Amino acid sequence: MNGSKTGRTVRTVVALAVAALWLFPVYWMVSSAFMSTAVLRQLTPHFFPERFTTANFRGAVADGAFFRALVMSVTITLVVVAVCLVFAFLAAVAISRFRFRGRTSLVLALLLIQMLPAEGLFIAQYKMISSVGLLNTVLGVTIIYVAAVVPFTVWMLRGFVAGVPAELEEAAMVDGLSRFQAFLRITFPLLAPGLVASGVFAFLQAWNEFTVAVVLLPAEKAQTLPLWLRGFVQASATRETDWGQVMAASAIVAIPVIVFFVVVQGRMTSGLVGGAVKG
Amino acid sequence: MSAHTPVQRSRRRRRSAVPYALVVPALVALLLGLGYPLVWQITTSFKKFGLAQQFGKPPEWVGLANFSALVDDTTFWGVLVRSLVFCVVTAVVTVVLGVLIAQLMKAVGRVTRLVLQLSMLLAWAMPVAAATTVFIWLVDRRRGVVNYLLDLIPGVHMNRFDWLARPGTFFLVASVLIVWMSVPFVSFAVYAGLSQVSGEVMEAAELDGANGWQRFWYVTVPVLRTVFAIVLLLQLIWDLRVFAQITLLQDAGSRAGDFDLLGTYVYKLGAAANDYGMASAVSIVVLLVTLALSWVYVRELIKEDRAR
Repeated sequence: MNGSKTGRTVRTVVALAVAALWLFPVYWMVSSAFMSTAVLRQLTPHFFPERFTTANFRGAVADGAFFRALVMSVTITLVVVAVCLVFAFLAAVAISRFRFRGRTSLVLALLLIQMLPAEGLFIAQYKMISSVGLLNTVLGVTIIYVAAVVPFTVWMLRGFVAGVPAELEEAAMVDGLSRFQAFLRITFPLLAPGLVASGVFAFLQAWNEFTVAVVLLPAEKAQTLPLWLRGFVQASATRETDWGQVMAASAIVAIPVIVFFVVVQGRMTSGLVGGAVKG
Repeated sequence: MSAHTPVQRSRRRRRSAVPYALVVPALVALLLGLGYPLVWQITTSFKKFGLAQQFGKPPEWVGLANFSALVDDTTFWGVLVRSLVFCVVTAVVTVVLGVLIAQLMKAVGRVTRLVLQLSMLLAWAMPVAAATTVFIWLVDRRRGVVNYLLDLIPGVHMNRFDWLARPGTFFLVASVLIVWMSVPFVSFAVYAGLSQVSGEVMEAAELDGANGWQRFWYVTVPVLRTVFAIVLLLQLIWDLRVFAQITLLQDAGSRAGDFDLLGTYVYKLGAAANDYGMASAVSIVVLLVTLALSWVYVRELIKEDRAR
């Protein structure tokens, strides 16, 4: 890029304007969440909360619905993360440490499957889960989530397992460890960052999931946090909306995600465009 | 690749049941959560569900009748065309903006770049339910900040304009929301790819008198062709699955048929009307479109993988 001074200033100004534009909705959520209802009801919007109030947060979580949804979301997310990590880890080891018949087709199938949209299958999944009486249960939704999340988790972990040279394991085996011991003592510790990143990926998928949850968790007592948030939007169609409370509810759903997201962002990008893949 | 000597390769290729045992749990999970529903859906798309089936009568086989009914159904064609146009327009806008912003990241100083990347990261991290809810608040007809700001422009009267009550502006809001959510991924992916473009070649092109556009077109694009193809395909695939955004926007706006895309259309056919045969037939159309795009994506991904 050429270095004329005005050109540089123009580029900096444009970049900062773009940054402000992209940040604005997030900022608006947080700032509205801390404003009093009286201020939000005025016809002229306030761009900064002059007096911070946490009343919206207290109001949003006041009834039992929030904690019920929180428990539901946390339970589903933990189960999905644990099951996905174990299943995906085993499959990733098979794919990157062994050559076997059907290996290439398996990798291709995983890549294709992770692209299937929930809305292409959710009616069938609804019929299946309801026919075995698992609607509105953690188990029912977990069966579908695990199947949706496992393929990309395998793909991501495969990159990490392949990144640990098999020679390290073989050296340990020369020193007298069994193959299994060598894997456990040498390779496994080196995989910790990969397991964390893949676990966070599974967490994000399960925590944010909306489409399948709408279909499989119709009862109000079985709502996850995204469905709980939807309740506020649905209510807004019929009565005056307390936008401060709705934004507080949105922030509650978003904040854990934002924290975890920053941890794995780099890995996810490279997994999707191919960089996580070696060997 | 060169790390694997032929000796190692042949040793790892030995026959063993271990790898098969290792993939069993993942395979069982996939068969249960996706395989079985897929088979049910394919068989159901050849069956007829009517009023009698709601009272327990088993559905009858009708062959391709559901699909031929779809071909004649103007509502279905309306939804399909609307979904495809929405998907292509949103994906193309996303990729163009994402590439421009990636170039911008490259062209500014370190601090400015960090500010830009941080704000992109925050937007990217927003859960879809939260992001959509925030956009509903932004375009709220009475106290939304969008109407307030537009109203400040002389001659523009946007006070109480209800964005979500008309299909045109409804899909505009949906598209802007999805572009906002998706551009960060494209920018980060392309920005990472830009490091593959050799600085020397760029400089040589500049010395030869190539302007910025020419340098982009003749130097950057050929190097990043695969990355561009992959992000565009991913956006096309992702912009077909926008059930969450459309459902939430419909909650705040209108549920009428003119506001449907494929996902909400299938949902209404299946969950609301209990017409599982037709719902399955439409779902299969959705899956086939996605699979066709995914196949191209996977091919590009493998090409990119080999190139490294």
